[in-house]
Amino acid sequence: MSETFSGSRGLTLEQPLLFEQDSPGLTAVDLPEPAAFEDRLGGLARTTPPGLPGLSEPQVVRHYTRLSQKNFGIDSVFYPLGSCTMKHNPRLNERMARLPGFGDIHPFQPESTVQGALELIDTCAHWLKTLTGLPAIAMSPAAGAHGELCGLMAIRAALEDRGQPRKRVLVPESAHGTNPASAAACGYEVEAIPANARGRVDLGALKDRLDGEVAAFMLTNPNTCGLFEDEILDIAQAVHEAGAFFYCDGANFNAIVGRVRVADLGIDAMHINLHKTFSTPHGGGGPGAGPTVLSAELAPFAPLPMVVERNGRFHLIEHAAEAGDAKPFGRLKGYHGQFGVMVRALAYMMSMGSDGLRQASADAVLNANYLMARLKDVLTPSFEGPCMHEALFDDRFLKDTGVTTLDFAKALIDEGFHPMTMYFPLVVHGALLIEPTETESRQTLDQFIGSVRGLAAQAKAGAAESFKAAPRFTPRRRLDETTAARSPVLRWAAE
Amino acid sequence: MRYLPLTESDRRDMLAAIGVPSVDSLFRDVPPAARRDQPVDLPSHAGEMAVERRLSAMAARNLTGGQAPFFLGAGIYRHHIPAAVDHLIQRGEFLTSYTPYQPEVAQGTLQYLFEFQTQVALITGMEVANASMWDGATACAEAALMAARVTKRRKVLLSGNLHPHWRSVTATQLRFTDIAVEALDPDPMGIEDLIGRVGSDLACVVVQNPGFFGRLADFRALSAACRDSGVLLVVGVAEPASLGLIEPPGAMGADIVIGEGQSFGVGMSFGGPGLGLFATREKYLRQMPGRLCGRTIDADGRPGYVLTLSTREQHIRREKATSNICTNSGLCALAFTIHMAMLGGAGFERLAKVNHANAVALAQRLAKVKGVRVISPTFFNEFAVTLPKPAAAVVEALAGRGILGGVPAQRFYPSYPELEPVLLVAATETNTAEDIDAFATALGEILR
Repeated sequence: MSETFSGSRGLTLEQPLLFEQDSPGLTAVDLPEPAAFEDRLGGLARTTPPGLPGLSEPQVVRHYTRLSQKNFGIDSVFYPLGSCTMKHNPRLNERMARLPGFGDIHPFQPESTVQGALELIDTCAHWLKTLTGLPAIAMSPAAGAHGELCGLMAIRAALEDRGQPRKRVLVPESAHGTNPASAAACGYEVEAIPANARGRVDLGALKDRLDGEVAAFMLTNPNTCGLFEDEILDIAQAVHEAGAFFYCDGANFNAIVGRVRVADLGIDAMHINLHKTFSTPHGGGGPGAGPTVLSAELAPFAPLPMVVERNGRFHLIEHAAEAGDAKPFGRLKGYHGQFGVMVRALAYMMSMGSDGLRQASADAVLNANYLMARLKDVLTPSFEGPCMHEALFDDRFLKDTGVTTLDFAKALIDEGFHPMTMYFPLVVHGALLIEPTETESRQTLDQFIGSVRGLAAQAKAGAAESFKAAPRFTPRRRLDETTAARSPVLRWAAE
Repeated sequence: MRYLPLTESDRRDMLAAIGVPSVDSLFRDVPPAARRDQPVDLPSHAGEMAVERRLSAMAARNLTGGQAPFFLGAGIYRHHIPAAVDHLIQRGEFLTSYTPYQPEVAQGTLQYLFEFQTQVALITGMEVANASMWDGATACAEAALMAARVTKRRKVLLSGNLHPHWRSVTATQLRFTDIAVEALDPDPMGIEDLIGRVGSDLACVVVQNPGFFGRLADFRALSAACRDSGVLLVVGVAEPASLGLIEPPGAMGADIVIGEGQSFGVGMSFGGPGLGLFATREKYLRQMPGRLCGRTIDADGRPGYVLTLSTREQHIRREKATSNICTNSGLCALAFTIHMAMLGGAGFERLAKVNHANAVALAQRLAKVKGVRVISPTFFNEFAVTLPKPAAAVVEALAGRGILGGVPAQRFYPSYPELEPVLLVAATETNTAEDIDAFATALGEILR
């Protein structure tokens, strides 16, 4: 297949595994051999070396540089993954997180030596509480799913405190998979609530299922169809009348930050993905952070640790016995949470300010609606009316073309765009969920619109074969996922 | 505002294309009572210099590891990170990419995850490893849950030598399940009897090596006892640098190995983000939590990588998933794998040796301070000492002299008065002979 002797094609470079570049004995880290000493290993010295390959620094740098060139990132392409908020990751955030005063401190230093770090957590907490209007926050959750678990555990602890934990959590069909998974991890049964014809929660169906055994209703708002739940105040009222709590998945907070406070929507708890709304990098899968805001009723059950300020000094509460009347439900994470992510998020919030955050949500919604307006005649929007920060289409426009949502997305790769989210949410057929974010220029949106319109016309003109062959211009073409799962090869091994 | 590319004329034109008079009309589905017409009560936007000034002032209020002779560990270790690591992880194609769900445009991420999984398996002596968890503590909770799934048993036993945060995170995560958690008392002297507690009621025993109080243990007898009773042995590694020098858990019969990978490439960062390591035997693969990267071929028959076995995961299995984890610690895994690639086999062993040598030198020096007793008979780069005064007060006094001199054990166990004099001290390759001398001298003066 390869047209060259090396397998590389100009800037598209082949790169073998680290393990295939081994020069035994080489290292890229020079350390002095220690003087002879008597070990204290008690006879437990390693008997077989692990077999890590030896490379020098230039080899390592080239290896990872080449690998990086096989990736799309926000820095290089439009990355409109719905529900993921792939916005620009400011480099000031990175510089701030690397200040030695933040990067080179240990979680168990005496409090007197980390006052600035505790102030940073407290300041970040203050911004998030103010933006949501809720009075308390747990800063330690590591990611969105961890925040969900945090909120649900606080809810369960509060219900147990009332005398009964209840049995069920209600989750819309359109929810992220983490919602039901987190509810199950908290010991709850999960029941799905259908969507109505307008892509929102079916309020009647919800009311029918709200009984004395429902602990919480989990809702993403704006929802995963990119729509604001316009009956949310009625939903909150119904949930509360049933004695249940209202949990919000804050994955889509970017659409409303600075313009709507979730406290005003009747929400009791919500996690905030700092790696979405607050611009910290996704890093190829993580790390993120999922601080979780809590209502006054849930606040006493927030997990350890917590930062408090007394007389101008910051203190870390690490044990329930130090927490006064509070009844923390436990500890969710080692140490004090995703501190480095908090530094980045605070740098972003301070940069944007309350006015900038408000402008960001407006531009995010504007960009999505612009895409919707310019694409609705060639794609098939799933629902009527303006969307929020992401535009949802289904695959009706591909009917009888022989092209699937997946094929369409892969063709976009050849156009130099990262595909949108596909086949999610589950409530529409062959979903294409496009979230442009506010950090994309109109020029980029117009280029993307041009490609999508061109591809849609091609698909309708009977070019299915060319879609099936996409992508063509990537380091690898479509990969065989079935074989990967059927006979898993999850590590390199010596031949 | 420097992060927003739309101009006022763009906005006007775009609103016209949409056919609405203003952005507010796009928010028409928000109940009017919940709309806010004015910015919330927080500062307005600020330029880079202003933000940098404000945050640098906060950072300056912390005493950094580089400013003081530094001997803290207890699960987070201060290691030297080669310059190339931080440079490479900041390449935008790594830093600003998402989870590699579109493999054709994420072969870079996928290949390093495949290499990461291999490195973790090699250093722990296990068959397979996943693509990372949030941290050692959450990995520990996941291991307990996985052991319960594998054995269909409903009780887990946690050693007193397991990191206290790992213990409390595991207990918290299992609190609302039907799985019982028995956590043994903290065990600085290494006297707990685990083998005597192994029985057919247990899903797993969770131990740590080196133990939280520094001591090294041989788990082969425990592993045999576990095997006889159908109990899984879960071994935690809070300091993976130790694996360059000591027998890995896989060689001692571990069924699941969990770890904190922060020591390689990640840095301390006040304890987060960390990097959860998770490795096991191939036969338990389908009960594993977290993402897995596997090798396959592309449409042209060339080798490539994809995320695989995702039918275990929440986005497919929802409430029946093996875990709720989605976002993991990808970039920290990248930092780890680059640091490990730079070390190679020779550097990995050398690094461990330097750590151990420095810790031995520190132990010898501290043992000469009047009233100080080293209570860990064996250790890697961290050990426990007892002091003639409460350790917390001594640590404060040391900080007053510009020395970060260890972690008082009672910080984790306030209701165990016998731990009041116990101090955990660690040494790594970053410590110099002068550091050790300054520490011992100051300690001697404080205890005088």
